[in-house]
Amino acid sequence: MALALALVLVPLALAAVAFALPSERWRPWLLPLGGAARLAMTAAAVSRPDVAALSGWLQLDALGKVLLLLLDVLFFVSALYAPSYLRLRASRDNRALCGCLLAFLGTSALVAQAHHLGLLWVAVEASVLATAPTVYFNRNTRSLEATWKYLLIGSVGIALALLGSFFLAYSAVHGGLGSSLLVEDLVRDAPRLSPAWLHAAFIFLFVGYGTKMGLAPMHTWKPDAYGEAPGLVGTLLAGGLTGCSFLAVLRFFQILQAAGQADFARQMMIAAGLLSMLVAGGFMVRQRDYKRLLAYSSVEHMGILVLGVGIGGGAMFGALLHLLNNGLTKGVLFLSAGNIHRAFNSKLTGDVSGALRRVPASGALFLAGFFAITGAPPFGPFISELTILRAAIRGDHAWVAAGFLVALTVVFLGMGANVLHIVQGEPRADRPATGFRDTALTVGPPLVLLGLVLLLGLYIPPPLQALLDEAASALGPRS
Amino acid sequence: MSRAVDPILVVVLLLNFLLLGTSRLRAVINATAAQGAALGTLLVAVHVETTWHTLLVAAGTVALKGVLIPGMLNKAMRDAAIRREVEPVVGFIPSLLLGGLGTGAALLFARTLPLAPQHVGSLLVSASLSTVLTGFLLLTTRRKAITQVTGYLVLENGVFIMGLLLVEAMPFLVELGALLDLLVAIFVMGIIINHINREFSSMDTAQLTALKEE
Repeated sequence: MALALALVLVPLALAAVAFALPSERWRPWLLPLGGAARLAMTAAAVSRPDVAALSGWLQLDALGKVLLLLLDVLFFVSALYAPSYLRLRASRDNRALCGCLLAFLGTSALVAQAHHLGLLWVAVEASVLATAPTVYFNRNTRSLEATWKYLLIGSVGIALALLGSFFLAYSAVHGGLGSSLLVEDLVRDAPRLSPAWLHAAFIFLFVGYGTKMGLAPMHTWKPDAYGEAPGLVGTLLAGGLTGCSFLAVLRFFQILQAAGQADFARQMMIAAGLLSMLVAGGFMVRQRDYKRLLAYSSVEHMGILVLGVGIGGGAMFGALLHLLNNGLTKGVLFLSAGNIHRAFNSKLTGDVSGALRRVPASGALFLAGFFAITGAPPFGPFISELTILRAAIRGDHAWVAAGFLVALTVVFLGMGANVLHIVQGEPRADRPATGFRDTALTVGPPLVLLGLVLLLGLYIPPPLQALLDEAASALGPRS
Repeated sequence: MSRAVDPILVVVLLLNFLLLGTSRLRAVINATAAQGAALGTLLVAVHVETTWHTLLVAAGTVALKGVLIPGMLNKAMRDAAIRREVEPVVGFIPSLLLGGLGTGAALLFARTLPLAPQHVGSLLVSASLSTVLTGFLLLTTRRKAITQVTGYLVLENGVFIMGLLLVEAMPFLVELGALLDLLVAIFVMGIIINHINREFSSMDTAQLTALKEE
């Protein structure tokens, strides 16, 4: 009981401290402190079967544990990056950034544990609102525009998700069920839910939470927000917050699955997944801004996640593994891209070349991150994408598999052209060195994340394998 | 459910058309406020027995949607010294037509959804969808940040109407959570509007065009 609440409340308390603390210099250290505290609590929570509170409204099941592990590893490692980064940006006030990131850490645990549909909605909305001010960190017109779009499109998505939640609740009222909105009760009584309302509910929920994930065609806020936010924030948005919305989609998929209506949801998810991958690929080919490039990569990988769930069977496991792989690799990419941005003072691909010479470690990490995210062996995403592809072929989805491969190829080419231009060659003469150099604290965190991505590609520890299996089996039979 | 429900919903629908057809920002904000207040009375009307709890939530709804948020928006409008929505992406007459078509489609779609016996014949579902659509239209086709925020409010009003089908099933906490979230969302948007105003000396989001694909 205490642990379930502490996962949420400890980071929130630290967020309050961050807002109250006057020292610009010491405040960033609250991030690794909060990250370490949460990682320790999560480590204790994953091995226990009974983390719950508030009469079942909060429960930590296998799906929640997967998300919580990803969030906490990602947050802790990138928080170590924060103090040295924020010292470089000392001219900017970091109060809102530190406070809001810690608040997000707290609300994300609420998302991971919420088993009540209303609470789940409140938790996702709170996470979105908590992260909005962090996009505005640079305090200029461009980040203002990005924040406005992020807030407005995100709020519409979240309002549609609430409408969908109401539809789902009404399908229970219509089926003559009690007033419970707990996932367990709805899954148990799923066959009695009204199918017409259930279908309408899933449409609104998928569009609503899909907007927050950044699935095409509701992805338009993403390149702006990720492009203007600091790399540190990009990491947590692309790796963490999208996972929160994905978990919400999975919770509703669980209910449709139990109601025998999974085929309806699957078709929508396959279509949205392929569309996201292809749209992202198209924009990546023509992209000239390498942080926006990473945002489109995020759109692509959100597509892969829902595609995996849509294919089902073994791909369900692949999708959950890919959630981890994508999140960690995005950390490598956003943090190293942030370093390159600092070293060249530009985020346009045309301005930046020779990163391997000027910041060798960051350049190498960016290159390795590119190979990892595009599915090259021996990194983790290779394994998870292969798992999804194999399940697609085995499950008679030949044309889906073909589309998947085409999209991956387009993405590889589009992203490769940008990345190779950035890392190779000589730095341009009109882009003088900014004084930024690779240091242990700016290179170490992305290096650790890359190590984890490599580990997941070579060997999945048995406890993690068991956890992923358990989570996948909650989402349908493994055929 | 009392007989007052459907007449109030008709008022809500008429306000939707007023919102779509007017260019004066003050009228847009006032219509949103009136709609918010109507939702408060609707909340009392859908309950079979009036309890203190219902009255409390209804009063909160009226205070928030009918007074507090419109007040904030009015203040922002005065600070920015703007009165009219100019050159919306979709004109006022076409958006009225779209609103009319949308309301018709909402009526048809609502008929395909089976209702529980106590709700049969009610306008709640179609009014909800029509209001959501109105909000969406305002949000996507208007250029002033204030009108976009009212669009979001109207969209939320539509979701709120849908929630009224569930008053028996929804516990207090979620009602409160929804209202609280709305307040925070508008508050954060208000801050950003302020920054937009300061940065561009206008609240025209048409100036927010630096970020796009070439």
